[in-house]
Parts: sequence; C-alpha cells; structure tokens
Amino acid sequence: MPYDEALERFEPVLGLETHVELGTASKMFCGCPTAFGAPPNTQVCPVCLALPGSLPTANEQAIESTIRIGLALNCTIATWCRFARKNYFYPDMPKNYQISQYDEPLCVNGYLDVEVDGRTVRVEIERVHLEEDTGKSTHVGGATGRIHGADYSIVDYNRAGIPLVEIVTKPIEGTDRLAPEVARAYVTELREVMRSLGVSDVRMEQGSLRCDVNVSLMPRGSSEWGTRTETKNVNSLRSVERAVRGEIERQAAVLAGGGRIVQETRHFHEDTGQTTSGRSKEEAQDYRYFPEPDLLPIAPDPAWVESLKAALPELPSARRRRLQDEWGVSDLDMAAMHNADAIDLVEATVAAGAPAADARKWWMGELARRANESATTLADLPITPAQVARVTELVASGALNDKLARQVLEGVLAGEGGPDEVVDKRGLQVVSDEGELMSIIDQVLADNADAAEKVRGGKIAAVGALVGGVMKASRGKADAGRARELILERLGVQG
Amino acid sequence: MSAITRDEVAHLARLSRLALADDELDHFAAQLDQIVGAVARVSEVAAGDIPPSSHALPLTNVFRPDAVRPSLTPEGALSGAPAVEDDRFRVPRILGEEE
Repeated sequence: MPYDEALERFEPVLGLETHVELGTASKMFCGCPTAFGAPPNTQVCPVCLALPGSLPTANEQAIESTIRIGLALNCTIATWCRFARKNYFYPDMPKNYQISQYDEPLCVNGYLDVEVDGRTVRVEIERVHLEEDTGKSTHVGGATGRIHGADYSIVDYNRAGIPLVEIVTKPIEGTDRLAPEVARAYVTELREVMRSLGVSDVRMEQGSLRCDVNVSLMPRGSSEWGTRTETKNVNSLRSVERAVRGEIERQAAVLAGGGRIVQETRHFHEDTGQTTSGRSKEEAQDYRYFPEPDLLPIAPDPAWVESLKAALPELPSARRRRLQDEWGVSDLDMAAMHNADAIDLVEATVAAGAPAADARKWWMGELARRANESATTLADLPITPAQVARVTELVASGALNDKLARQVLEGVLAGEGGPDEVVDKRGLQVVSDEGELMSIIDQVLADNADAAEKVRGGKIAAVGALVGGVMKASRGKADAGRARELILERLGVQG
Repeated sequence: MSAITRDEVAHLARLSRLALADDELDHFAAQLDQIVGAVARVSEVAAGDIPPSSHALPLTNVFRPDAVRPSLTPEGALSGAPAVEDDRFRVPRILGEEE
C-alpha cells in the first residue's frame, strides 16, 4: 500500500534496538583481541570457545563504557545487577548460550532528544545492557546463502565475546508520518553520542553498530498497539529509514486486506527496500534466562558513577548548539550541515583560521556538489579542512576570486597538490595589474560597442555582459568587482 | 498428578534439539516433576528475611583490566573440532525443513 494511504489509515508505533560493539582492546570475558577483519579463529581462546574448565571474568573497561553510555542517555544506573544466560541453540555461540543481561540491566529509563523536520522528538530509552557478541556464521549450500536451505554452516568465533551494548527504546508513538525520519535521526544521534564518548567506532558497514527495527500499526483512532515485527539486517542509516517505511507499507496492506500481522523476525533487503519473513520469534521464556553463575554481580560504586558523569564529554546536541551560536547560523543551515555530516569539517576549517561563513559556504556549496557528483561523502573527499581554510584565505586577500577558488579546489581534489601548488601550477592568480586589466577592458569595449553604448546611455544593467566579457577574456582571472568599477569609470557612468 | 506436562517436556525437548519418543515424554515428565518438587522444598525453609541468592560467594565487582592476552593458534583452536572448513568450525545444518 502506498505510504500516504497507509498513514491515512494507520498510526505507526516504533521501537529500536541498537547494538554497539565496544571498542575495548580485549573481549568481554577473556583477553582475546577484538580487531576487525582478522583471519578466522585467530582471536579465540578457551574462554570464548567455551572449552571445559574455562571461566569468564568481566572486562572493567566495558562495564565503565556501558555506564558512560547510560549516563549520556540520561539513564539511571543500577546499584546492583547481574549477568544472565540466554540459552539458545544456534552455533554462533559455542557455549549454547550467550552471556547477556535480562531483568537487571546496568542502565534504565533514559532518553535521547533528536531533531526531525525542525522539531525535537524525545525518544525514551528503556534499558542499556551489556552482553557479548556472537560468532560469524557462513551458510553453505542452498540458493540464497541464508540459514534457510543451507546444507551446513561454518563458524568463525573471532567476534564471539566482543563486548556488545544493547540499547532499547520504549515504544515511540506519535511520530506519525515522520516515523522513518525519526528512526533514522535517532540512530544518527546515537552514533554521534557513541563517537563523542569514544566507546566504539560505530561503523555500520563493519557491524560495530547494528539496528533492529520494530514496527507495528494501529488503526487511526485506536490506542491499542498492533502486533509488531522486528526487522534485522539494517546496515546503514538510509536503510533504517527505508526499513521503517517499507514495513509500514507492507503491514498496512496486510491489515487493510483483512489479514493479521505475525510476530516474527524479518530480514531487510538493501536492493529492494523490502523485508522478507525470517524465523518466528522465540518467546522470552524459551531462552530460559537465569543468573549467570560464573560471573559475580556488578555493584557500581555511586561515587565512581558520579565521577564518570562529571567527566562526560560535551555531547553532540550541546556541541551543535554551541557551534551554532559561535557561527551565527540559522537552525535551517545548522540542520543542513548536520545532515551533510559537515559540522566536524566546518569546525576544523574554522580552527584552521577560516571565517565560519566562508568555511560553511565552501563545504556546503562547491565541495558538497563535488562529493555528490562522485557519490562520496564530504569527509571522504581528498581535501583537508586546512586546505579549505587556505583557499578562503587566498580569496579574502584578493589573490583569488570565487571562480578561481573553485578551480583551485578542483585541482586539490584531482591530487595536484595543496592550494598554493595548484595556484602556481595552473597559473591561477587574479589579475591584479591594473594596466593589464585595462587593456583587456578596452578590447572588450571595442568588441561590444553596442553594449558599451547602452551603458553610456544609462542602462547600467548592460554592464553585466561587459564584465562577463572581461572574465572570459581573462579566463576567469580578473577581479569581477574591480572590472565593473573600471568599465563604468571608462564609460563615464556612475555605478 | 504431574505438574510438569507432556507438552512442556516436548517444548523443552524441541528447544534443546532432543528427539524424545512418546513414552519418553511421560517418563521425563514424571522425573522432572520430582526434581522440581525437590527444589521447591527450599522455599519451605527460606523465610521472608532471606534474600534469594544466585552466587555462593558474597562478592561483587570482580573485574579484569582491559588487557590483551595471547589467543590460541587457529590450529590449536580447531584441533578439537569434529569438522573444519576454511579455518572455521563446520557444523551441521542449523534449521530443519520445517523451521
């Protein structure tokens, strides 16, 4: 069912479960390293392989990072809690259970404010708990490479036991048609919070930040939630948005056709933006959770928690407010920079000496256009904030005009060197010699006698064509403003 | 009268990937019932002033520093595996036809 029609008939309720792999040096319960991309089964030991007689010990840094995440998300930190065993029968954990937390998470009842479409939406956080990541299974045989229909599977346990924080929202109501955008904005903001805390590299493409999207619909006018589905395999911010949208459309079609939604796990497909049915979801009791006997309870000292809270860095939303103040830009411009991931770059460019307005102008204008053209991100463009700052400096000093500056940026992006090098190599200097400029102007006036006559006769607007002629004849190196002044002077007209 | 039903045993068996025959379901239902009954006797002696406990030791916050220690070699890690492919543990089909 088309999205608009779905929204006319139903209201979506969202829930987001986000998993963040912590960036600790060693695993959650053993000393194995956590590097991404190591050869299979080279970062495993008796503990994370669950060999008989081995015992886990909790990583203090991971506990600390989880508490810091909880504090940054305005949560209450438990004064006493335990790990729990989650029993299940997939071989992605060699123990046949995953050490997780169940009814005693480390952090509860927080919130994260996100900005969508000019309004602030408060997403309430139900819990933040600590668990261990699972191994990576590859399914062999069958048509799809999925677990269904596979002949057998092969497992790499390098990832098994890496500390994993799960952040669960409360049901998010009232987002209405903005549900997909709210979901995306939430995950974006969460990622920035993690970055500012320095607890994870939060790379969705490497799986260090993963998101499960819960969606249910209720008919307009009803306040009773429908059955929800949980969509997994959502591996980019854009996919979060698309998955919510796709699932709203699919569920609306099922419900409108008199069908019912099955509570199940669904898989998101990047290529189509659709979800397909996965396994039907286990009930919580099927996991037979019980307190982990091999690990002692955690009782964070309130004084320690207070000191962690006091030492939290400036969080992204507060930083954005501060920078917006410092830069004097509108809400709209700030939101645009945020969406383009340009804030860090603009800040670094300002730090390198550029005025904020100029830094913003180049990153959000010419460079955004270039990034867009080559389907990359601003951060991945081969140019540094210091180089952009140098270009703004050259423009401010009059050595370059905007047109030449664009050519300099083009040269830097093409790998021709830094701004000064490109200026030298390409001979990009504003013509500052007035004699040279005057001879160009005289030539242009001679070639465009009609236009010159109009200007003399008082049609000042016609001067544009003449300035254009000068810019063309100088191959962009003239200072257009100065050229205009000189042309008017030559024609004896007051500008 | 058994408090643990055949259906519950069948459900547990499925979760544990155990194939139990019909007569085994009855057999284990009775046995599990006895076990649960025995454990339940603890609640008869645990008064309200005794908090439930999950650990024998009165300790909390036993942590290790975040320091890397040597892992096994892949050969060592895989040496006990019944089947190996591409330096990975090879396991039988995970989901049956009906799942």
